[in-house]
Amino acid sequence: MTERTAGRRLPAAWAEVLGELALTAAAVALALLAGAALLALAGYDVRDAYYNLWDGAFGSVYSVADTLVNAMPLLFAGLAVAFAFRGGLFNIGAEGQLYAGALATAVTAAALAEWPSVPLIAAAMLAGALAGGLWGLVPGALKAKTGAHEVITTIMLNYVAILLTTHLVKQYFKAPGPVDQTALIPAHARLPELIAGTRLTWAVVIGVVLVAAVDWLLRRTSFGFDVVLVGSNPGAAVYAGVPVAARTVWTMAVSGAVAGLAGSTMVLGVLYRFIANFSPGYGFTAVAVALVARARPWGVLPAAVLFGALQAGGLTMQLFARIPADLMTAVQGLVILFVAAPGLLYAWRRLPVAAPRAGTAMTMTAETAAEGAAETAAGPDNETARREAGP
Amino acid sequence: MTVSHNDAGRPLPPPAGAAPGPAPTPGGGGADAPPAPAIEMIGIYKRFGPVQASAGAHLRVYPGEIHCLLGENGAGKSTLMKILYGLYAMDAGEIRIRGRTAVIRSPGDAMRAGIGMVHQHFMLVDDFTVAENVIAGMEPRRRGLIDMAAARRLVAEYSRRFGLHVDPGARVEDLSVGQQQRVEILKALIRGAEFLILDEPTAVLTPQEADELFRVMRQLKAEGKTIIFITHKLKETMAVADRVTVLRAGRDAGSMPASQTTPQRLAELMVGRRVLLQVPAPPAQRGPALLQLENVTVKGAGKDLLRSVNLQVRGGEILGIAGVEGNGQLELEEVVAGWRTPDQGRVRIAGRDVAGMGPRRRRRPGCAHIPPGRPRRGPAPALSVEQNVVLGRHWGQPYARLGVLRRPAVRELADAVTSRFDVRGGRGPVGGLSGGNQQKLVVGRELYHNPWVILACQPTRGVDVGAIERIHRELLDMRARGAAVLLISADLDELLALSDRLAVIYEGEIVAEGETGQFTEEMLGLLMAGQRPSGGSGRNAAGRNGTGRDGAGRDGAGPTEATAGD
Repeated sequence: MTERTAGRRLPAAWAEVLGELALTAAAVALALLAGAALLALAGYDVRDAYYNLWDGAFGSVYSVADTLVNAMPLLFAGLAVAFAFRGGLFNIGAEGQLYAGALATAVTAAALAEWPSVPLIAAAMLAGALAGGLWGLVPGALKAKTGAHEVITTIMLNYVAILLTTHLVKQYFKAPGPVDQTALIPAHARLPELIAGTRLTWAVVIGVVLVAAVDWLLRRTSFGFDVVLVGSNPGAAVYAGVPVAARTVWTMAVSGAVAGLAGSTMVLGVLYRFIANFSPGYGFTAVAVALVARARPWGVLPAAVLFGALQAGGLTMQLFARIPADLMTAVQGLVILFVAAPGLLYAWRRLPVAAPRAGTAMTMTAETAAEGAAETAAGPDNETARREAGP
Repeated sequence: MTVSHNDAGRPLPPPAGAAPGPAPTPGGGGADAPPAPAIEMIGIYKRFGPVQASAGAHLRVYPGEIHCLLGENGAGKSTLMKILYGLYAMDAGEIRIRGRTAVIRSPGDAMRAGIGMVHQHFMLVDDFTVAENVIAGMEPRRRGLIDMAAARRLVAEYSRRFGLHVDPGARVEDLSVGQQQRVEILKALIRGAEFLILDEPTAVLTPQEADELFRVMRQLKAEGKTIIFITHKLKETMAVADRVTVLRAGRDAGSMPASQTTPQRLAELMVGRRVLLQVPAPPAQRGPALLQLENVTVKGAGKDLLRSVNLQVRGGEILGIAGVEGNGQLELEEVVAGWRTPDQGRVRIAGRDVAGMGPRRRRRPGCAHIPPGRPRRGPAPALSVEQNVVLGRHWGQPYARLGVLRRPAVRELADAVTSRFDVRGGRGPVGGLSGGNQQKLVVGRELYHNPWVILACQPTRGVDVGAIERIHRELLDMRARGAAVLLISADLDELLALSDRLAVIYEGEIVAEGETGQFTEEMLGLLMAGQRPSGGSGRNAAGRNGTGRDGAGRDGAGPTEATAGD
């Protein structure tokens, strides 16, 4: 019996991914449906609205490019949040790390302006990653040394980063003019266009490569193993001799570096300069992106595109169907709601959620989440459910 | 007392009344089997997804008895009782209470039928007093207000009548685990329970608290209550049960009066094959001291958590640390493992001072650390068997090169460990394996690389009999290979079965140390409780070991084995 269950579990890695994909798709569909109800209630033409939404997001090469441009900072920052999450850490500080990375990139690009293009871009991005990494390392070290919770410290450091970068720009790097911004970076420091006539740059390629790299790091390296282990059971990590405190610091540093790159690509590919307060909350939306991606690196890609599409399409919808783009923010919220609460979907499909069903994707996910509880209270039941006599 | 091979070679004749099948004839034993069962569960089936948790189980409980429901983890004990208590709906089967078919859909139905259940995990509000906890949901009222005085009187009365010794005014957070459990029993009694289900009540108790619980159970029985006692411990079964039903793989494997069976037979029924309750061990072949603690002191808030501990474990021997939990065992473990730096004193591994070496560096030369079976700290449940097996060695050759994991080497290791240590349940997430298999996997991971210093902490707690046998055998194998084993356990049977020498820890101090044969269980019990045996046993074993560190004023009553001997 146990053997047979095991046999069926082999392709389960794929089944699990597919199951989650289906669930997420269902959540998105439900969210759009609920959004439609909102539109109808507000007296708008649902068909017209959703046609414009689609058109603005995917209707042409240009709108696809627009979607992707909107998705880029979310991709990097979302990847950062997802990575930390796999290590059991809530990095709500992607916003601040992104600011740190952006300013460092802009300053470096200006300082090394006489360098040739490729090394200059590389150096500027490296500076962004380092600055973001440093900004992530601080809460990691605080947690490791003093136990200060990273949610609190990262949120607080967001304010510090936003205000500090504004101050630094004002004080040292300000370009002439009323706006607190640096001078434009030289043209050869800018990320080249991927498709002529669009704002789509090589940032997309860098992003996809980074997703693959983070996935590989988590799956195949000793460091990634430590990260996932600490995230899934710190107790077991301690017993195995993993230096948990050091891993916490490094996990946050790597996460911060990836978030810093979100700022770098914004500066090198979109803004071409650092502007105080430039981010409309990418670092926060990134938390939602990571959530929808279920903290899987490859999941961040479609999740970021989805949120990018809702933003790009939402603007078109506002322009042509005269529907407030805020409504798309509401739809984004609904997506998160449905993804975060799969129980809602189960209830809708009238499926039992609580019944322990060994080996299926959702059971395992739910268990990981409620690991503590499973270990103490529900432990014996789960065991009973999972297993017949051993020997 | 070594192996009991008494049943060797004989087939297993079903003991009296043990015919596995639809209707076990009640009490083939005759006299102690009353005519009509109080609770009857007939052919109970329950399936969770692919797992058949109950597969036609039968249970007959007679009024006024202590009925032990015995079985390994996963045999379906809890499932059966949760069906009886209305927490799970059965797929098929029938429940009869006092001869009448009962429909129990919820715990409310069960309570109305006179069934009460005490769960492993207590459901008490820490901030409330005992009385408030007990009456919550059924408050006695007067003029629309809760009548606390009446509640307290009620609780006091029940407490007295059943010998529960709980103070109605005490706050639950100030109570010991054993007392909290008695509050749970009170809750059930006050709600009119005639039948009391106790779900593995001893899992959370110290030996002394367990004895106290057994006393309470006997008193409840004397008051006419019927008790169903879930356990996987044979000794407890033999100690309190009037009648035993053994469950295996969701079915009843036998039911009989406790007086007509032996632990050996019960173990065989549980596991389905012959089990060695005590693995035979040749006399110790002692080598040099591999693990030494010298004057180790760990300071806590206000008092020392460990005070001048001197211990040494030589190659080829197992040193057992006995003690009631919370007397410094945790600190001892942390100091040896390298998680905590002692405030004074030093730890030597193979003669070398390991101060400043973290857990990872101590492990490298050949130290292993086996975590408790419960709470399960060893495995990471969400990770696969392969990942768990390589855990702790995933940084370097041969399992990783330049920080990149080498899959084939890891897979090979997983094959080797799972086959050598008999880990069953496939290769998926370890959380899907049974508790026993999870622990075997962890033990296998730690012992596969033939360590020569082994720190084992509660290695078999919460683990089933079959896995316990396996783990004990592996530890003895390591000892035979010349490894030094420090075994910290709250299970006296385990300590007595495995240890060559024993040391008793009480409030951070080693209060006695000697060859295992010099201690009796009673002496250990007293020492663990902080008293010194009065020497009535005629043996001259316990007492302080005579290094005279701070033992002035106490008589070193004959420490035969000096701590820092040579």
